[in-house]
Amino acid sequence: MSHELTWLLVAIPAVSAAILLLGGKATNAWGHLLGTAASLAAFVCGVLLFVQMQGHHGEERSETVRLFEWFQVGSVKVDFTLLIDPLSILFVLLITGVGSLIHIYSIGYMEHDPRRRRFFAYLNLFVAAMLLLVLSADYLLVFVGWEGVGLASYLLIGFWQHKDSAAVAAKKAFVVNRVGDIGLSLAVMSMWALFGSSAFVSVNAGAESMSHTWATLVGLMLLLAACGKSAQVPLQSWLLDAMEGPTPVSALIHAATMVTAGVYLVVRSHAIFEQSEAASTAVVIVGTVTALAGAIIGTAKDDIKKALAGSTMSQIGYMMLAAGLGPAGYVFAIFHLITHGFFKANMFLGAGSVMHGMNDDVNMRHYGALRTPMKITFVTFAFGYLAILGIPPFSGFFSKDKIIEAAFADNLVIGLCTLLGAGITAFYMTRVMLMTFLGEKRWEKDVHPHESPKVMTVPLVILALLSLVGGVLALGGWLEHWLEPVVGAHEEHHPPLPIIVMTLITLAVVAVGIVIAVAKYRRDIPREAPAGSPLTVLARRDLYGDALNEAVLMRPGQYLTRTLVWLDNRGVDGLVNGLAALFGGLSGRLRRFQTGFVRSYALSMVFGAAFVVVALLAVRLS
Amino acid sequence: MIGLILPSADFVAPKIEYNELMPLLVVFGAACVGVIAEAFLPRAWRHLVQLAITLVAIIVAGVLTGFLIADEKELVAALGAISVDGPALFTWLILLALTLVSVLLFAERSLDGGLSAFAGQAAAVPGSEAEREGTAARLEHTEIFPLTLFAVGGMMLFASANDLLVLFVALEVFSLPLYLLCGLARRRRLISQEAAMKYFLLGAFASAFLLFGIALLYGYAGTMSLGGIADALQTQTGGDAILLAGTGLIAVGLLFKVGAVPFHSWTPDVYQGAPTPVTGFMAACTKIAAFIGLMRVFYVALGGTRWDWAPMMWVVAILTMVVGSIVAITQTDVKRMLAYSSIAHAGFLLTAFVGLAQAGSGVTNGVTSTQAVLFYLVTYGFSTIGAFAVVTLVRDAGGEATHLSRWAGLGKKSPLLAGIFAFFLLSFAGIPLTAGFTGKWAVFSAAWTGGAWPLVVVAVLSSLIAAFFYVRVIVLMFFSDLPTDAPDVVLPGWQTTTAVALGLAATVILGLVPGPVLELAARAGEFIR
Repeated sequence: MSHELTWLLVAIPAVSAAILLLGGKATNAWGHLLGTAASLAAFVCGVLLFVQMQGHHGEERSETVRLFEWFQVGSVKVDFTLLIDPLSILFVLLITGVGSLIHIYSIGYMEHDPRRRRFFAYLNLFVAAMLLLVLSADYLLVFVGWEGVGLASYLLIGFWQHKDSAAVAAKKAFVVNRVGDIGLSLAVMSMWALFGSSAFVSVNAGAESMSHTWATLVGLMLLLAACGKSAQVPLQSWLLDAMEGPTPVSALIHAATMVTAGVYLVVRSHAIFEQSEAASTAVVIVGTVTALAGAIIGTAKDDIKKALAGSTMSQIGYMMLAAGLGPAGYVFAIFHLITHGFFKANMFLGAGSVMHGMNDDVNMRHYGALRTPMKITFVTFAFGYLAILGIPPFSGFFSKDKIIEAAFADNLVIGLCTLLGAGITAFYMTRVMLMTFLGEKRWEKDVHPHESPKVMTVPLVILALLSLVGGVLALGGWLEHWLEPVVGAHEEHHPPLPIIVMTLITLAVVAVGIVIAVAKYRRDIPREAPAGSPLTVLARRDLYGDALNEAVLMRPGQYLTRTLVWLDNRGVDGLVNGLAALFGGLSGRLRRFQTGFVRSYALSMVFGAAFVVVALLAVRLS
Repeated sequence: MIGLILPSADFVAPKIEYNELMPLLVVFGAACVGVIAEAFLPRAWRHLVQLAITLVAIIVAGVLTGFLIADEKELVAALGAISVDGPALFTWLILLALTLVSVLLFAERSLDGGLSAFAGQAAAVPGSEAEREGTAARLEHTEIFPLTLFAVGGMMLFASANDLLVLFVALEVFSLPLYLLCGLARRRRLISQEAAMKYFLLGAFASAFLLFGIALLYGYAGTMSLGGIADALQTQTGGDAILLAGTGLIAVGLLFKVGAVPFHSWTPDVYQGAPTPVTGFMAACTKIAAFIGLMRVFYVALGGTRWDWAPMMWVVAILTMVVGSIVAITQTDVKRMLAYSSIAHAGFLLTAFVGLAQAGSGVTNGVTSTQAVLFYLVTYGFSTIGAFAVVTLVRDAGGEATHLSRWAGLGKKSPLLAGIFAFFLLSFAGIPLTAGFTGKWAVFSAAWTGGAWPLVVVAVLSSLIAAFFYVRVIVLMFFSDLPTDAPDVVLPGWQTTTAVALGLAATVILGLVPGPVLELAARAGEFIR
């Protein structure tokens, strides 16, 4: 039973995507319904599997589903095998659950788009690829899903390809992601070299005996992959531009699911990271730096989606950091990943709802006082806001505080950084709230904000409720227990101060962030952005991430290509053309011997015969 | 006193292995039947009956050869004159297969207003009233079919001759019909007759060299048999000058037939002038027979002096590859270009020949020279006949439009035909996934294992030059504009269609799954004496 359900999970959205893409215009009328139904069907499969899993205990909950032998080359054999275990089922539920809500929301959001059917086809393609990514039992198969979500992400960021900015953003996301993909493919090759297989079973079994150096190398390769997909420093630059895609895409792919694949990869590869202190530390550092960098970028963005994108980077930084902390952090990384999936999807969809009412304007300086015309959007957004801040009893409180505590238990500096991040988060999210929903109207002319249709608000309400109650997962240590068969026993952490004190300190820092934001943005928000302090400019420019990329990579690359083109034109082409001329000339000379006269042919034969005999004699005599 | 020595009663009839020689006998017998049929049948029946006799004879001979191969019986037949060994049988099989395809092309009558590619009345002066009358009466020479059978029979005999005299007789048996066939073109008869004349004169010249060489070798060894000469090389001392001179002159005669530089001059003129189906037949079958004959003489009879003749052959191989490839660059006629291409291919085959990767010589980790050459000849033969068959289809008012400029934009007019021709060209160039690649790989690896790596380097560089003129034709066909007066692509009858399809199928299959044929070539083993 679970065998069929598992492969159906991947197959249903994949088939639906194929139908919608190959069916063409014939499927225009009902394409969005099929797409949504496929996503819902996958969700039902996921729920059934989850229920079945409750009937088992511990290790028995993991089931390997071997579908067929994919290929065999020499001694390397790769099976098409899926793995359904407590970790992957959580992802399945998140992807298909939040995914289905976003499908439903998109029916309304994309209603007037002539290419809506194609949009749903891509969304289905994404769901299928993402499910393959989290269900694979082999790193090579993970790589297939990894590339699949990359493709879907590329197609969806550039969905409005008629806009130059969207096309460029899609290209940028693709190129930056390739850098990360190289990391994953190198890791897979290394696994073949080390263990003769890239199956999870073999890698986990072989990890213990692998050398320290190799563990560090493979760990860093995996981290590179995770950085690309999850927009972690130094491969963070694509995520902000990716907001060019339709907002449901930003919610599903660039907030709730795909960008968390890096965290999944690190947690899934815990056996390797546990062998290398250096690699784990690198993960923690990358996570911490990104958590702060994302938060800082979020403080200065006037584009509501970019502010949320900065926030996404920052929150994934938290997850990464937690995943790097080892057994003490895996559970919290996954926990935060799930709650973040709820509240960030909620807020992105809320932003989409706002844009829907504001003629697709994304500039928060043109918003203000939207709480009245868009009540449902406001309230649901507020739920997400409270959740990300970590106000009890919202879900974010449980997940984020745990990470901060674990960080303090590990290292004081890291702990302080996470605390600082929480404060900045409170600041920029309050700023978003104030600029969008409170304060005075700063609307453009001819803009008449209105609440979105039911098909959009119902998913918002559901996600808002999930943002509220997501914390129950951690009640009584359920999640720790649930994930134990996959990531091993949870290690209790011991922060330097009692937990209640830690919580109060965190809440106090959050409160400070709120107060500063309120003081600054309570009123008088200019419609044009002021010049701002150097710090603001720094944040606005994404901490000069793009400038750095351009200076360090793009320009030298351009010089290199120019030089090579020059060399090709002058050197290589010159050589080739010269050779061609040489042989052409030679050919012209030689063909003159072909006079057409039998007498000269016969003469040449006589010379030839003389040569043959002389050559034979010369060889013998020499 | 002793009188005349009369044949006494105890005359013992020589033992002839009829079973093993049956394929030869069938072909020659059918050729004789064809001559008789030509004399007695009414004109209207002749084409059909002659075609039927020829096809049946070829197929029966082919099946018999297949049985002999399956029996794996190798022997020297007819009192040591003919050796029916693995390479000989394999050669018979490919010769018969390629002749079958060629005969289909000979029989094509739907390209030129219901008339075949051959002159209606060869004796009529070109452009004369008699010629016009003959054309109007729809005369045709059905003698081409028996002539073809004699030619292929001679080639089969040549490839299996175990005696220098038989070798010479076989050479003449297959050459004389070819001289005739070359002069029988219906269109452009003057150039066709010129080609036949040149081929005949130079062929006779080369035969004289061969015959003189045979005489010198007989003078050295006192025997004509290849095995006897090999034995003499082991035992005899002195007389080396005669031996070497004989070797050289025999080499001249055989290299002439192979079309190796500097004995290649006839090739472009004859290939261009001969009727295109005949060109295809000659290019494929003559080369096969000549190569096997060359290898048999030099491996079996003169193997003992290989270190004497190998350096000379190295030079000839290099010259052949380089000159063939380079001169082809500036050719403007498709048939001449293919002629130079065939010269270059002869050079590639010579690399395997002088690579001397032989079962007996201890350098056989891989394909032996014999196997490589046999396989290459199969791939080359089918592609060549296919390519010449395509040439017959591109026509304008003056017959075949063979000037390369007339082929510009052909890919736009007939993508299928141009695509097929392009595929043959790619195979000639040795692009992977075509038969030509597998063949080149086989001969080069044989040469390499035989220690002739400098030859392989030259061969690869020559292939590079050769690729230029092949690809140039493809570029011309597909990336040039179609001129307004472009030639027509005539819809062929079943004969040419089948021929092209067979050539294409062989080129594709041997490129993708060369295994079975390579295996068959490997099973052919080595020459016996």
